[in-house]
Amino acid sequence: MSLLPDFSFYNAVIYIIKGTGLTVSLIIGSMLIGLTLGLPMAAIQVYGPRWGRFLVGLYVWFFRGIPILVLLFLFYFGIFGLAERLLGQILERRINLPPFLATLVTLGLTSGAYQSQIFRGAILSLHLGQYKAALSLGFTRVGALSHIILPQALRVAIPAWANEYSILLKDSALAYVLGTTEIMARIKQMVWITHLHVPFYILAGLIYYFLTWLGIRALKRLETKTRIPGLGMEMEAEIAKNDQSV
Amino acid sequence: MTNQSSVLPFERPKAAQAETRPLMEARNITKYLGGKLILDQVSLSLNKGEFKVLIGPSGSGKSTLLQCLHFLLIPDKGDVLLEGKSAMDMSHKNICAFRQEIGMIFQDFNLFDHLTAKDNVAIALRKVKKWSKDQALSKARDELDKVGLADKAELYPAQLSGGQKQRVSIARAMAMEPKLMLLDEPTSALDPELIGEVLNVVANLAKGGMTMLMVTHQIGFARHLVHEINFMENGRVIESGHPESLLANPASRTAMFCARLSELTGNQ
Amino acid sequence: MNTWEFYSKILIPALNQGLWLSLLIIVPSAGLGIVIGVLAGAGRAAGPNWLKGLLDLYVSIFRGTPLVVQLTMWYYGLPSVSRFLGSLMAPLGLPDFTWKFLVFSPYVASVVAFTLCSGAYQSEYIRGAILSMKKGQFQAAKSLGFTNSQTFWYITAPVAIRRALHGCGNEIIYLIKYSSLALLVTIQELTGKSSALASYYFRPLECYLLTALYYLALVSLATFLLSWLEKKLHVPGLGQAKSL
Repeated sequence: MSLLPDFSFYNAVIYIIKGTGLTVSLIIGSMLIGLTLGLPMAAIQVYGPRWGRFLVGLYVWFFRGIPILVLLFLFYFGIFGLAERLLGQILERRINLPPFLATLVTLGLTSGAYQSQIFRGAILSLHLGQYKAALSLGFTRVGALSHIILPQALRVAIPAWANEYSILLKDSALAYVLGTTEIMARIKQMVWITHLHVPFYILAGLIYYFLTWLGIRALKRLETKTRIPGLGMEMEAEIAKNDQSV
Repeated sequence: MTNQSSVLPFERPKAAQAETRPLMEARNITKYLGGKLILDQVSLSLNKGEFKVLIGPSGSGKSTLLQCLHFLLIPDKGDVLLEGKSAMDMSHKNICAFRQEIGMIFQDFNLFDHLTAKDNVAIALRKVKKWSKDQALSKARDELDKVGLADKAELYPAQLSGGQKQRVSIARAMAMEPKLMLLDEPTSALDPELIGEVLNVVANLAKGGMTMLMVTHQIGFARHLVHEINFMENGRVIESGHPESLLANPASRTAMFCARLSELTGNQ
Repeated sequence: MNTWEFYSKILIPALNQGLWLSLLIIVPSAGLGIVIGVLAGAGRAAGPNWLKGLLDLYVSIFRGTPLVVQLTMWYYGLPSVSRFLGSLMAPLGLPDFTWKFLVFSPYVASVVAFTLCSGAYQSEYIRGAILSMKKGQFQAAKSLGFTNSQTFWYITAPVAIRRALHGCGNEIIYLIKYSSLALLVTIQELTGKSSALASYYFRPLECYLLTALYYLALVSLATFLLSWLEKKLHVPGLGQAKSL
């Protein structure tokens, strides 16, 4: 079966599982980028000025309306390609931006759009009175947001975050089209060497399934650990209210 | 006891002369739910124009009995007769026809949430009785008018108060022109200030001579208006009789139960 | 060739062709996905336990793995299954082409992959909508003399449709975007066309930006239609079902 002298199925599996590290760092990285972008964007959408809301709305519309595959192509071949050329001209040498970076940026920016909507929902589910009470105690607006609203919104958003994690995980499997050597790319390499399609695709499915399960479980634990009695009830109550009326 | 009607807020309507057979009769109904005996050989009958009340502690089987009489639950043993005809062993189609003859009012209203008040009243007329749309809607408006909600016909259940919802549900049941009505604690899900409007509608039905069986804890309302109180406990009817005679006898279970109720709620 | 000519003579006609092909994938996948979602959702909400278990397994597999893995399996994986089964059957004298039906064309593979994946997600919303029905609604219908099928058509369905609409509609919007994955099994749909042109003419930025606009238009149109429909069917107090 082996086309390469030192090929063995065991080594192949190890090689693929090592790609998991790259996938996981892609996801964690883009979730953090998304968080950093999403939180202020959510705050702007709820409390910000009209033009700020408009700009955030435009950003969200753009990233939520375009397939992740097209975004990956656009950023890597289009924008990163342009940046490579411009940087190359300035520095007068050949610049190569790694595909991993392009994937990370694309997934991160997209996740920012989705996360802003998650946090927007979370903030809206909190009482408006929380913000007003903070202002009345002399907090600045940013202070009220970061000390009063943020800690609550983060907690309330965890379940939606678990969902965002599983979407990002599955989207990250597309990174192979740019040449990022994460799980799916390594699976394709092994299939190309061994011509064993089905076993390797099943392996891919199992790894992704496991990662989905693991991440959701971890976030569930985080949710229980950070739980404050009564908080998040608003969102649940909102849902319960709907349930009751049907 | 017979000549007290002058001091009562409502005229107690006279029950029709007992016909040869009761309008509805339950014979030895037994019902198990989840392996537990809920109804233990309960028998009950309603003559045309009679208004009877079921009271008793929670879990005594009142609601289950009502649902069995309406075949929302099928009794395990016993028989339910409507105008002398047995309802047991009927086909699905006949059960549906049987249910049309009987109106039911639920504790939590159970209005159809996707329909306006008038459509709630009209839908069964149109789909079950196959009336034309115009006919059904004009009947619906009449019935809503009778419960004082003509102006709320276009509103959805979520836009109505609890008392209004319950009145719509009474209109919905009455529109089917049932032979009798079963009312399962129609006011227990209502805020105190809304109870009166629903009880008024029920009192109007009673004055109109509607045959009714009602589960309620509104003793003050019941004692003046009904012909018989049935007290249930542990799946059996253990006392039944004229309200004044039952409540006047302090040793009766009914009187003791009602005394405890009024202690708890502070009224009557 | 100047830029204007490149756009009007090459890029836009090609993308229009790709758009047509994309629609040919999206529309049947969305329709079949809804059908599967309704069947699976109803089965998971009200079916017997063995069916629930089976359908839960289906949903968790198709939601737990990336669509690209599923698509790859349908297109690249199944032919090898077919070969394997063929070689098993050869000694029995069965002709080799017995298992050829497992070899999907790129188009069939995409529609199958998108349908099954979309159906799994759809079933979540349908299931949620059915489970959120209050028992009292059925009781009231029964007590008015509705038969079971009348109850379904006049009470359950109108409520369930309203509650599932938002989720199911969004799922179709996702499907529009993920139809771009068909490129990975060699289909020249919108993304495939634009990717081919981008590398041939070496103008990736313009090609992909314009493609992005096409998708934005599609998604915005779908979003608009969905919210129009939601508004049209809106009933006070009937919220969206939550799907977990």
